[in-house]
Amino acid sequence: MSKLLEVNKLCASYGATQVLYDVDFSLEQGHITAILGANGAGKTTTLRALCQVVRTSGSVVLDGTQVVGKSTEAVVRMGVAHVPDGRGTFTGLSVEENLRLGAYVRGNRAEMLEDMERMFTRFPILKQRRHQQAGTLSGGEQQMLAISRALMLRPKLLLLDEPSFGLAPLIVAEIFRIMRTINKEDRVSMLLVEQNASLALDLADHAYLLETGRVALSGPSDSIKNDESVRKAYLGY
Amino acid sequence: MEALLFQIFSGLANGIIYGSVALALVMIYQATHHINFAQGEMATFSTFIAWWLIQSGWPYWGAFFFTVAVSFAGGLLVQRIILRPIEKAPVMTNVIVFIGLLLIFNAFSGWFFDHTIKSFDSPFPKDSALATKYFSAHQIGSAGVLLLVLLGLFAFFKFTPIGLAMRAAAQNPGSARLVGIRVSWMLGLGWGLAAAIGAIAGMMVAPVVFLDPNMMAGILLYGFAAALLGGIDNPLGAVIGGFIVGVLENLLGAYVIGTELKLTVALVLIVATLTLKPAGLFGKKVVVRV
Amino acid sequence: MSGSTDRKWAWIGGIVVAVVLLILPFLFKNYRVFQFNLVLVYAVAILGLNILTGFNGQFSLGHGAFYAFGAYTAAILMSLYHVPYWATLPVAFVFCFVFGFLVGFPALRLAGHFLALATFALALAVPQLLKYKRIEHFTGGVQGIVLSKPEPPFTFTLFDQPLSADRWLYFFTLFVSTLMILFAWNLLRGRVGRALIAIRDHPIAATAMGINLPVFKSLTFGTSAGFTGLAGALGAIVVAFVSPDSFAVTLSIFLLVGVVVGGLASIPGAIFGGIFIQYVPNIADELSKSAPAAIYGVLLILLMYLMPTGVMGGLRRLWARLRARPAA
Repeated sequence: MSKLLEVNKLCASYGATQVLYDVDFSLEQGHITAILGANGAGKTTTLRALCQVVRTSGSVVLDGTQVVGKSTEAVVRMGVAHVPDGRGTFTGLSVEENLRLGAYVRGNRAEMLEDMERMFTRFPILKQRRHQQAGTLSGGEQQMLAISRALMLRPKLLLLDEPSFGLAPLIVAEIFRIMRTINKEDRVSMLLVEQNASLALDLADHAYLLETGRVALSGPSDSIKNDESVRKAYLGY
Repeated sequence: MEALLFQIFSGLANGIIYGSVALALVMIYQATHHINFAQGEMATFSTFIAWWLIQSGWPYWGAFFFTVAVSFAGGLLVQRIILRPIEKAPVMTNVIVFIGLLLIFNAFSGWFFDHTIKSFDSPFPKDSALATKYFSAHQIGSAGVLLLVLLGLFAFFKFTPIGLAMRAAAQNPGSARLVGIRVSWMLGLGWGLAAAIGAIAGMMVAPVVFLDPNMMAGILLYGFAAALLGGIDNPLGAVIGGFIVGVLENLLGAYVIGTELKLTVALVLIVATLTLKPAGLFGKKVVVRV
Repeated sequence: MSGSTDRKWAWIGGIVVAVVLLILPFLFKNYRVFQFNLVLVYAVAILGLNILTGFNGQFSLGHGAFYAFGAYTAAILMSLYHVPYWATLPVAFVFCFVFGFLVGFPALRLAGHFLALATFALALAVPQLLKYKRIEHFTGGVQGIVLSKPEPPFTFTLFDQPLSADRWLYFFTLFVSTLMILFAWNLLRGRVGRALIAIRDHPIAATAMGINLPVFKSLTFGTSAGFTGLAGALGAIVVAFVSPDSFAVTLSIFLLVGVVVGGLASIPGAIFGGIFIQYVPNIADELSKSAPAAIYGVLLILLMYLMPTGVMGGLRRLWARLRARPAA
């Protein structure tokens, strides 16, 4: 199994404040990897660093190509789709327009329409609301829209920032179930940032734990889940 | 009754001009969430360029389209070179730079083309088949041009990927980048379009009010009023706002306060709209969460 | 140790400046003195705008309207009601304060470029309003009102130059502008000043701390208008003439230029601003009729890039750097 993403000595700063210190991790093709940690550990910053939204140094290699130094738009064109925290939907545009935007860089209209139909099949509620303004959707629906929009890119790598945030447990369970399906059926590699460690460990193949900007722990999610002392010390359950 | 109808129709005809200027303003607002105070002066400068081309022997429509193209490029360059460095700066900084641009373009008009009033011929001659009882050929012609521009813009924004990308970039630049939109270029595009529309508006106005460096100052104010009235983020609203302002201006001028206080009418309209219905008649209400 | 030496130098410097200011008008011809007077007038007008825009963050592209209102108040009082020139100043201040306070209310609901837009519209509408036929018997219509410069109350000669009307007015404007600057300084350095800045930078926090935002902002608008209106009255006296076209939108723009050049939220900057808008057009005019506008435009843009804090900000940074060096 080849490595889709290799990150070495990644440092990131907001202005003068450094947030990530020499972070190393990698992601296998077709896997789901989780990044866990408390508030302020640097999880969201890691995803932003991968998209070059913040100032970074170090090495990020996606499928053999260096990412650091490129513009965000260029990284997207390389096949990285980011579902930011807070969903990031275009609330003033319709559901359908949001989806169309997801495929903006691809340029093939026929394929785009095909993919949109697939999203509607997978998320019938989006089809129902296709001409509605995205801002009028509920939290869970917006999350589905955000994920669908990201998938419209046919990405090599899907980045998800706290998909469970602010959603009711039933809806979260549904969304995580869908993410598993997407990973298995469409073979989409995912990098998942989550505060809800147990949910994330159930979904992911591999996990990294960040503590104040550094990797404190890593390993297959099964072993982390089953190691009681690690769970109690780092994950609080 | 006849007089009233005349006032209304004449107001509608003026409204076409105000609507065009309003359209350019809305264009920039949609793309950048800024109000371009220099819009009038840029339009005047473009019109001078057209005048100069025609004086040099170019056919009208050749000069027209060339001017539109040059104005588009000019607007784009202004955004890329002058405005991009301050994209993230506070509003006041941007407004001051717009005022600076206003002064520069006004100065350029005077400098290159001097301050004497010039006449600018309409492409729709008085005796053409277009003229009707209430509207001159030029008024009908300008209305037609404006309508075409409006339809073109509508189609552009609604149906093309770039139009959609521009709307997205204006609303949510962060998310726009995450779908691969080059946000900075979208802003430049917005400015280019606005400059082009302004040029068209200027060329439609000049035959009526004659061409001099200060041609657009008062009209700009009406354009602002129209844009606000229609909803600063709604192109169709801008045009409708233009008609309303045109008719109101005439009716109030003829029957209420006399023709000397027209700019005050615009002022009152602007203040009233901003205080009573800031989103305009057709704009979207924006709620700011505290 | 260096604190008291600094203070000693400041006192000496202050006395030197004061002496220079007092003999200045006798070193120059009347016309130059007239220009100095205008510098002081503009400085007060700019100070007014700065209170609103620099310290309180409310953008006004329409302060020319208050200047015009103050100027016409003084002119009408002097020509129709024979009020002595010095008495018109407090009246102008009060009228313009009320005018500004009333404008401040709708302004509360506007922010950023919408406030700029509304005030811009005000500035554009002013000349037309002043020419309105129905109030012509007050305003003198298109021709405006011609006044006469006040005669100096006593004779005096220094360096062979007599105390002319312009020179007398110089002392008068110097006195008034010093008063206004002290007034502003006092107003802004205490709780009021801090409240203004708090409203500018963090309006929601300011409200949460108990500052009554609407009243405060409207009062600020009023005070700002009062200052600029008083300057307008002073200007009418100095120039001895008011007409609608001297208060076109360019005046409002120039006042803004003055604020930006001098430095937002800087009181001494107002003087630089006044010097700037008085002299630069004169110099630029010799190049071409359009040159002043172009120069202002380029300058505004360059200042926003390079020195957004204006001349005063630039000087402050320079001063800080010079003082920091001996620390090594």
